Amino acid sequence: MKKQVTQVFGKKKSEAIWSWLAPAFVGLVTVVGWDVFVRITNVPPYLLPGPGVVIKTLIEEWGDLFPSLLITVQITVMAFLAAVVSGVLIAILFAQSKWVERSFFPYAVILQTTPIVAIAPLIIIWLQNNTFMALVVCAWIVAFFPIVSNTTLGLNSADHTLQNLFEIYGASRWQTLIHLRLPSALPYFLGGLRISGGLALIGAVVAEFVAGTGGTRSGIAYQILISSFNLQIPRMFAALLMTTVLGVAIFVGLTILSDRLLAHWHESAIKREN
Amino acid sequence: MIMTAPMPVSLLTLKDIDKVYQDGTVALQGVNLDVKPGEFISLVGPSGCGKSTVLRLVAGLGDPTGGMMAWQGTNEQHNLAFVFQDPALMPWANVVDNIHLPLKLKGQSLRSVRPQIQSVINTVDLDGCEYRYPRQLSGGMKMRVSIARALVTKPQILLMDEPFGALDEMTRSRLNSDLLHLWEANHWTILFVTHNIYEAVYLSTRVIVMAARPGRVVADIPIEASYPRPNSFRTSSQFNHYCREIMAILSEEKSIGVG
Ligand SMILES: Nc1ncnc2c1ncn2[C@@H]1O[C@H](COP(=O)(O)OP(=O)(O)OP(=O)(O)O)[C@@H](O)[C@H]1O
Ligand SMILES: [Mg+2]
Repeated sequence: MKKQVTQVFGKKKSEAIWSWLAPAFVGLVTVVGWDVFVRITNVPPYLLPGPGVVIKTLIEEWGDLFPSLLITVQITVMAFLAAVVSGVLIAILFAQSKWVERSFFPYAVILQTTPIVAIAPLIIIWLQNNTFMALVVCAWIVAFFPIVSNTTLGLNSADHTLQNLFEIYGASRWQTLIHLRLPSALPYFLGGLRISGGLALIGAVVAEFVAGTGGTRSGIAYQILISSFNLQIPRMFAALLMTTVLGVAIFVGLTILSDRLLAHWHESAIKREN
Repeated sequence: MIMTAPMPVSLLTLKDIDKVYQDGTVALQGVNLDVKPGEFISLVGPSGCGKSTVLRLVAGLGDPTGGMMAWQGTNEQHNLAFVFQDPALMPWANVVDNIHLPLKLKGQSLRSVRPQIQSVINTVDLDGCEYRYPRQLSGGMKMRVSIARALVTKPQILLMDEPFGALDEMTRSRLNSDLLHLWEANHWTILFVTHNIYEAVYLSTRVIVMAARPGRVVADIPIEASYPRPNSFRTSSQFNHYCREIMAILSEEKSIGVG
């Protein structure tokens, strides 16, 4: 009996290790394949640098690239936080009445579907004396829609019988919001959060591309841009790698947060035994 | 001063109640029902005959489209609890927090009512499960949490919509006796919906038989057996007589409906 229990436990543990090992293995194979390809075909580094060259450049240029990355992180984080706060508040407003939602939702959609590349120059001109804020605004526009739409959906999908229960026990609008609708919306909100985190980064990068400004407060996208202008392709790849790692880190961080918050109740975060 | 015992005043009166849903479904037509304090009334009838609709109207979930509904006195703040057909627990809250809900909505802090909560947990036999989440409970346990959540409000009138429908026969009959004990001890009034004729006869002071299309009351049968009702009541000839009577009414209605 005891033996069986440890066996089950052991199986679980090895499963956890494999869930890390498997993707790491795929990554390793890709990098090795890339390296071999570059060596065999003798592609010049200004067309496709090998992974070794990229890492070497990354280390050499760290002093230049890392401060830029931090700027992009700042823009992303500010835009993301603004998107979360404004998105949730707007969703709560939408959830107060069907008419408010119907009147304003289309405009949230318009904001979402307008290509950011097209309006970024305008925003940068409007906020001429503060390019940093302009970039934050652009990233915010891209990031906020998933929060609004997901949270609105979540607020409106509270269990019908529970809503009846709240009504019978005389709950106020406010109590229903706090104790029923917001908790019901949490899984939807967190889903939106994960999408929005990545979008905030994309928004920041796109806006930096459009802005194309140099100076002290230029982000990682500017480094990508300038490197490719100067045909410093390994440097461009190094900056690209940093951006990718940042994106993955944002996603993983938000996934862990989401699993923590939903750990004891939501299907998405539970390993059911049946 | 000598007074004759007055007829008990009705706690609740439904008079010629109609309910037509927005899509045109006539759920109820001309339903009359008089509920006296302390009664245990069961509603039985085929699926779709409007039993849940009656309970929802009594609970104030939606308004009748015709007729009138009157509570004893003018005080609208009747103390009412509802046990729904499904447990409807909040998945993010543990057993204690789920049961605390109705009191929390009245502004009572968990600390101040913790002993009351423990006592209803004890009543429904869930000691030791206080801090479990709904997903960690079996179907029957969830239903008992839902019942505890109703009991903790000390309701004047308890509305139960097929509360034991999903339970096995053993648990069902145990909860039946528990419910009877609670009802007797606390002088509640209970409106109880069930598909199960035996359950209705065993529990009730009165069984209301309903028919479908349109939903209406076709019989009102007082069960004249004293409480507490022992388990042997379930096998008595009196019990069988009531069951057969109700079944006859139901099958008659059905054949009329078909013919
Ligand atoms: N929200 C609604 N909108 C439209 N029609 C409804 C609605 N709820 C119930 N009905 C209709 O009203 C009738 C009575 O429904 P009700 O739920 O009261 O039946 P019931 O007796 O409780 O049935 P069951 O025993 O299956 O629970 C049914 O014909 C049903 O289709
Ligand atoms: Mg029903």
